[in-house]
Amino acid sequence: MDISLIFKIASIGILLGILNIILDKADKKEFSYIVTLVGVIIVFGMVITLISRLFDNIRAIFQLY
Amino acid sequence: MEIVQIVGIGIISTILVILLKQSNRLEFALLVSTITGLIIFALVIDKIKYIVDTLGNLARNANMEFTYFSTILKIIGIAYIVEFGAQISRDAGENAIASKIELGGKVIMMVLAMPIILALLDLILKILP
Repeated sequence: MDISLIFKIASIGILLGILNIILDKADKKEFSYIVTLVGVIIVFGMVITLISRLFDNIRAIFQLY
Repeated sequence: MEIVQIVGIGIISTILVILLKQSNRLEFALLVSTITGLIIFALVIDKIKYIVDTLGNLARNANMEFTYFSTILKIIGIAYIVEFGAQISRDAGENAIASKIELGGKVIMMVLAMPIILALLDLILKILP
């Protein structure tokens, strides 16, 4: 398990924050919302595999079936 | 020194979460804290496995009934999963959802513990004249 995922997600978040501000300033509110949505979906795709792995591990260790 | 690693990851991700919250990215702050929890758990999972295996060996050597031991293990596992989910919801300010997750966990634990409670009642009835 590598820690770089934390940095990846945080940097995506900061980048999206900056993009959001720029798009808001350029009067493109609808695009800023779409950008946020896409970012959340991408990051959630990264996180969801790890969550499923965690649950699999717990199920294996504590004999939950 | 794994403990240094764990504490370091915690501090760094706390700083990142605060940074993200400052720039109004609450969803990413939540994801970062979730990932941090996952990574820390992944660091200690081998040790948890070792502890559980040791306890299982002890229980087997003491001729304890194994179903009781596996029930306790299951309850611990459910408690951990429930705590994980509830903490995430509570972090995001959704206290209601967190309470419901905990309720679900408690009910399932109660169902798992029922055979033990019944066995205990049987024992008490046997002891009573």
